[in-house]
Amino acid sequence: MPVRHPGRWVAIAVIAVLTAMLVHLAVTSSVLHWDVVGQIFTYNTVLAGLGRTMGLTVLAMVIGIVGGILLAVMRLSKNPVLSGASWIYIWVFRGTPVLVQLFFWNFLGALIPQVGIGIPFGPTFASWNYNDLVGLFTAAVLALGLNEAAYFAEIVRAGILSVDEGQAEAASSLGLTHAQTLWRVVLPQAMRVIIPPAGNETISMLKTTSLVSAIALEDLTRAGQDIASRTFYEIPALVGISLWYLLLTSILSVGQYYVERYYARGANRVLPETPWQKVRKNLFSLERAGGTA
Amino acid sequence: MTVEPMVRAEQVHKSYGSVEVLKGIDLQVMPGQVFCLVGPSGSGKSTFLRCINHLEQINAGRLYVDGELVGYREKGGKLHELRDREVAEQRRDIGMVFQRFNLFPHMTALENVVEAPTRVKKVPRAQAREQGMELLTKVGLADKAGNYPSQLSGGQQQRVAIARALAMEPKLMLFDEPTSALDPELVGDVLDVMRGLAQDGMTMIVVTHEMGFAREVGDSLVFMDGGVVVESGHPREVLTNPQHERTRAFLSKVL
Repeated sequence: MPVRHPGRWVAIAVIAVLTAMLVHLAVTSSVLHWDVVGQIFTYNTVLAGLGRTMGLTVLAMVIGIVGGILLAVMRLSKNPVLSGASWIYIWVFRGTPVLVQLFFWNFLGALIPQVGIGIPFGPTFASWNYNDLVGLFTAAVLALGLNEAAYFAEIVRAGILSVDEGQAEAASSLGLTHAQTLWRVVLPQAMRVIIPPAGNETISMLKTTSLVSAIALEDLTRAGQDIASRTFYEIPALVGISLWYLLLTSILSVGQYYVERYYARGANRVLPETPWQKVRKNLFSLERAGGTA
Repeated sequence: MTVEPMVRAEQVHKSYGSVEVLKGIDLQVMPGQVFCLVGPSGSGKSTFLRCINHLEQINAGRLYVDGELVGYREKGGKLHELRDREVAEQRRDIGMVFQRFNLFPHMTALENVVEAPTRVKKVPRAQAREQGMELLTKVGLADKAGNYPSQLSGGQQQRVAIARALAMEPKLMLFDEPTSALDPELVGDVLDVMRGLAQDGMTMIVVTHEMGFAREVGDSLVFMDGGVVVESGHPREVLTNPQHERTRAFLSKVL
């Protein structure tokens, strides 16, 4: 007699009922106009907002990753001033809400009306009005990126610390400088530890960008809100933009898989198969099985 | 004309906090010598080896490689530590082989060997690869050039590590217990490579527990214990006729 799993059957029944209810709701609901969802999905303000959301995500992550690596290296430096500065940066930017920082960068013009190039406390060679220089989009990129750098610094630091000390010793014994050791030997190995949380951060950033709607920047979320308040198609608008977010996070997850695979080289004796390779192999073995049967 | 020693240590002291690991080491290694350092664990032999290429900073005394002060500049009787770039320059000429190989796991065997010549010496890639293949052939691993370290046995990894160090054409090779992490059956291949190097006239300092190797290949042997040199001389002499009680006690356990 095979082992019975009554619990499994109960769970399957519960999930089946819930799924049926959800499908029923999706099909019969009077507020969920699927045709409207489709229109909103490709509406031009939504697409423009989508572009801004993607641009914000990419730029903020670039600042976050570059800044994070810099902060992590500073933090691990033997120089107490550098590591102290990094510690304080992380303390401030991780210790305040990103929404507050977003407002801060947007209103910083009140504190620093003029931004100039020159000698500190000396003559200025060129200067600009802060609000001309830093528009809504730039303020949002700065706020999200500089905040991300604080988090990313800790991820990079964990990655660097995970690499065996013997690696850096071997590199220095060959005559590589600190910088060469970091770039060629330590960071590539740290990537294995850095990538999974970095993927997490990128996906999280994609969704955190929706906060910029609070400073009236027309991102994907704001575009959806505008349609909702203009047409009262609230639910279709929310579903429409949610589908975009879901699509983008799915693409990012696939990207993460391949980046992880790339940095796994050398760590495993055999590289794991890509999903596509698995599919092809399964198809092939099915064919073979069919042929011999 | 007297020959300048390759390594000259004068009253080298090293402490970790309040623990003194090296309590005044004096020794000389002549060019072309195979110099064996033996002693119980904690005797300071590995620490001393690591001081020679400035992986550890000495606290007092003087340490010269090929007549040049290691890791420091002397100015008005005071020692000033060299900058990162200057230390790196000194290390180019000193190869090191580690107990746990420390190959770069994200690079193939050949990439491991080629890395330092191309990055540090700016040797053109094609030329470096050619030389790298020659070195891998020399250590008997030409067919493993494209393998990652995880695909190699411990003995093979250590031989790649030796090739990697040789790629910088060092004038001195430091071996830190190169066979201690290996299965007994793999030790022989690594020792063969080291024997070949000795025959080619390479100056080598070897921290080892392989007394057979020391006896056969070594030109000079130093027994260290508790951070001091207890006894030194020709390996055959020290190993067969130790003068000190501590040397005798140690050798009776390892031989």
